[in-house]
Amino acid sequence: MLAPTTVVGASFAYLALLFAIAWWADRRALGGRSVIGNAWVYALSMGVYCTAWTYFGSVGRAAATGLWFLPIYLGPTLAMVLAWVVLRRMIRIARAYRITSIADFIASRYGKSPALAGLVTLIALVGVVPYVALQLKAVATGYALITGSDAVAEGTWLGDTTLYIALLLAGFTIAFGTRHLDSTERHEGMVVAIAAESVVKLLAFLAVGAFATWILFDGPADLFAQARAVPEISRLLQPQADFSGAQWFALLLLAMLSVVFLPRQFQVMVIENVDERHVRRAAWAFPAYLLLINVFVLPIAVAGLLHFGPGRSNPELFVLALPLAGDAPWLALTAFIGGLSAATGMVIVEAIAVSTMVCNDLVLPLLLRSAGLRAQKDLTSLILDIRRAVIVIVLLLGYVYFRVAGEAYALVSIGLISFAAVAQFAPVLLGGMFWKGGTHRGALAGLLAGAALWAYTLMLPSIAKSGWLSTDFIEHGLFGLAWLRPEQLFGLAGLDSLSHALFWSLLANASLYVVVSLARPPSAREVSQALLFVDVMQRTGGEGERHDGPVFWRGRARVADLQELVGRFLGTPRAQRLFDDYARRSGQSSAPQIVPDARLVQFVETQLAGAIGSASARVMVASVVEEEALDLDDVLRIVDEASQLRAYSRELEEKSLSLQRATAELREANEQLKSLDRLKDDFMSSVTHELRTPLTSIRALAELMVDDPAMPDGDRQRFLGIIVAETERLSRLVNQVLDMAKIESGNAQWHDSDVDMKALLEQAAQTVGEMLRERGAQLVLALPPGSVPTMRADGDRLMQVLMNLLGNAAKFVPAEGGRVDLRLVCDADGLTVEVQDNGPGVPPEQRALIFDKFRQGGDATNRPAGTGLGLHISRQIVEHFGGRMVLRPDVGQGACFAFTLPWRRDTRQSGPATAPAEPDRGDPR
Amino acid sequence: MGISLAVQRLLALFAAGWLLFDSPLLRLWLVDATGVFFAWALLIGALAWLMERGGD
Repeated sequence: MLAPTTVVGASFAYLALLFAIAWWADRRALGGRSVIGNAWVYALSMGVYCTAWTYFGSVGRAAATGLWFLPIYLGPTLAMVLAWVVLRRMIRIARAYRITSIADFIASRYGKSPALAGLVTLIALVGVVPYVALQLKAVATGYALITGSDAVAEGTWLGDTTLYIALLLAGFTIAFGTRHLDSTERHEGMVVAIAAESVVKLLAFLAVGAFATWILFDGPADLFAQARAVPEISRLLQPQADFSGAQWFALLLLAMLSVVFLPRQFQVMVIENVDERHVRRAAWAFPAYLLLINVFVLPIAVAGLLHFGPGRSNPELFVLALPLAGDAPWLALTAFIGGLSAATGMVIVEAIAVSTMVCNDLVLPLLLRSAGLRAQKDLTSLILDIRRAVIVIVLLLGYVYFRVAGEAYALVSIGLISFAAVAQFAPVLLGGMFWKGGTHRGALAGLLAGAALWAYTLMLPSIAKSGWLSTDFIEHGLFGLAWLRPEQLFGLAGLDSLSHALFWSLLANASLYVVVSLARPPSAREVSQALLFVDVMQRTGGEGERHDGPVFWRGRARVADLQELVGRFLGTPRAQRLFDDYARRSGQSSAPQIVPDARLVQFVETQLAGAIGSASARVMVASVVEEEALDLDDVLRIVDEASQLRAYSRELEEKSLSLQRATAELREANEQLKSLDRLKDDFMSSVTHELRTPLTSIRALAELMVDDPAMPDGDRQRFLGIIVAETERLSRLVNQVLDMAKIESGNAQWHDSDVDMKALLEQAAQTVGEMLRERGAQLVLALPPGSVPTMRADGDRLMQVLMNLLGNAAKFVPAEGGRVDLRLVCDADGLTVEVQDNGPGVPPEQRALIFDKFRQGGDATNRPAGTGLGLHISRQIVEHFGGRMVLRPDVGQGACFAFTLPWRRDTRQSGPATAPAEPDRGDPR
Repeated sequence: MGISLAVQRLLALFAAGWLLFDSPLLRLWLVDATGVFFAWALLIGALAWLMERGGD
């Protein structure tokens, strides 16, 4: 046993920690570093599905029926398989139309009907109360067990700790959820706290499971072996002979629907979702969470039955009793905190969700009818007060239910009653999302029938069995009519009460929904809302908020009226901000200049819907504008216009895209041209520079000779020699430029013959060797021994390549100790010629460009004379013969140029210069 | 525009899951509890694979 002060102290400390987490998350959100922009937090927040019912009740159910606790978790797993299809659609709708609750969702779909919103809220409220009672019961009985105090729910109400637990949770929920009025109904801090609670309850439950399996017993094998030895326990582990397929199916279906339609689930999954892409992660992470939290349910149940003996202790409290019995009070306290965590998480979210619904869809529509309230300037604090009051009332109702019926029923049965209530939302909600034909009347008829049958076949019998009603009507039927027996309606026997109730209520619900919907054509408003909901995926982008769908409104409005209306519900400063933003978006300088068109009215209505629900927002907007009623033709025309507009804007978008592409291509081409132009300019200046040097000396010498007719013959002869040499240099340059132009245009002449490369290299070495020797450098020739096969090529051109490479090498060798290596290597494919010098080498940044025309090696200041064409021409020649010329990666010192030539030329490999040579047309000059 | 491949796969997985977790196949699992958990984990694995690889 633990001292009550310890337990109460630990509980308060835990709740304070939760509050701190929520406060921290809200602070981060304000600072723009939201914590819930994370798919894991979203997935964990869905864990609010696992309440005290899971934490305590599952073990109880497992101890009584074996694996029958499972469908409650397998159902949600199946539902999550379709999350990407169904849940994402719900999120998209809720985001686009600022839906705030499941009541709002359904009402909004069927023409923003206040009656429907109210009915859904009532069903949710009635369904949720037993569920809240269940949480209170779990915490109260857990507290009693762990502190060893008396059984709960005895004595006066005021002396009952459960009442204080209920009030404490109410206070806590108020602090969490109703601090300010938000037009999206999001509570970041609460979501993060709920995610943290999911972690706490999971870890606590796993800790107890591990304790029961490995500390109290010697692992699962030992545990189950012992269980099989006891007939009463072994029965749980075997397939039952009387297995009811119908009941299993009903539970699967029920859990599948509840995981989305329970108000708290709808709140965390749809309303609190900030990014629909999070659904991808949550779709599998949430089922994985369910799997984990269920792994130890059966082991704990079996361990409890073995330890305490079947029927001697309440199995729903095994989670606490086992650690206590195993002399581990701190683990028991941890388990209690885990259970508290499961209960508080559920109560907080459920109460917030229900208070939003009750406030928006039950209380406000009534209050707004009174003239005094209509005139009131600021209603924000009133709305918050209503919500706070509703939270307290929901908790107190839960407490009353707990006192009235709680003792008689197991946790699991209470939970299933709630599940069956919210399952009634399924036909109208799912139908409304995928079928345009559903109408307001159909939805109302379906829901009323479903709820009535649920109350008659499930809720009333449960109250009667608790002793608060006579059970006569269960046994003999209402008014003694046997076919009205609530658990065997119309004589349908053989089903358990849950499957029976679910079957009749859903059957009546879905049938009436369809039949009544089809009985009369829908109104214009119903059609317009149906279109907005069913086609939401086509009308909105992934981001949700922005949508360019049709606006179904016609009439006259004034900006000032609308702004004042928004101010009353969201506060004047907020309204001013919203209108200023709207003005900016529509290109106006200030709010009064906004055109009060249909889109503005829709904007105002959506903003209001976020605060007071779509049905109330519709009523409020209608009260300040002059509306014209739309008929069905108008709606269809508006849809038509909107889709034409959309098609038109899509067309425009495509055109502008292709225009952008064309512009980019043009810009690129322009850049290329500019670069070529620059290169040409460089080339021109380089060529003119080269031309000017010899021209200057020719002119100077010629002038000297003209001015001095009496010049000695010796000098004259010398000058003439220089003039001849300079003229040769000039023609060489001009020839090179012409040569390149011819090769590039494909007009070059090629005189192929059988070339002996070895002989060619020897000849080149001889020619250049002398020049190198004069510069104090040596040429080292390395040739393969024996003869080399001849190849079909133009010997003069190849010689030109060799002379160019050797000439370059000679230019760059150092003044002292220069060395040039000329190597020839032959293999089966062809031959490779390498020319290596021991000069400074080619700098890395120039390596890629060295073969480009007009590029020269060396730095700008001491670049040797040349046109920058030699290497380019050489490569063109080599490529003409099907070879490749490369600059070898740096090997030691200097540069090493190499080219390969294949023995046999493959014409397909050749570059542009290898176009078939045209017959000699002579010199184009 | 038909139903995308990713959605068709999800629908198929849903059908497979329902078959797996409802009678009569369920009776096979009920013989031993670990069987259900194994099948359950398998379904979650397949779902995770479909969801995390993207596609509409």
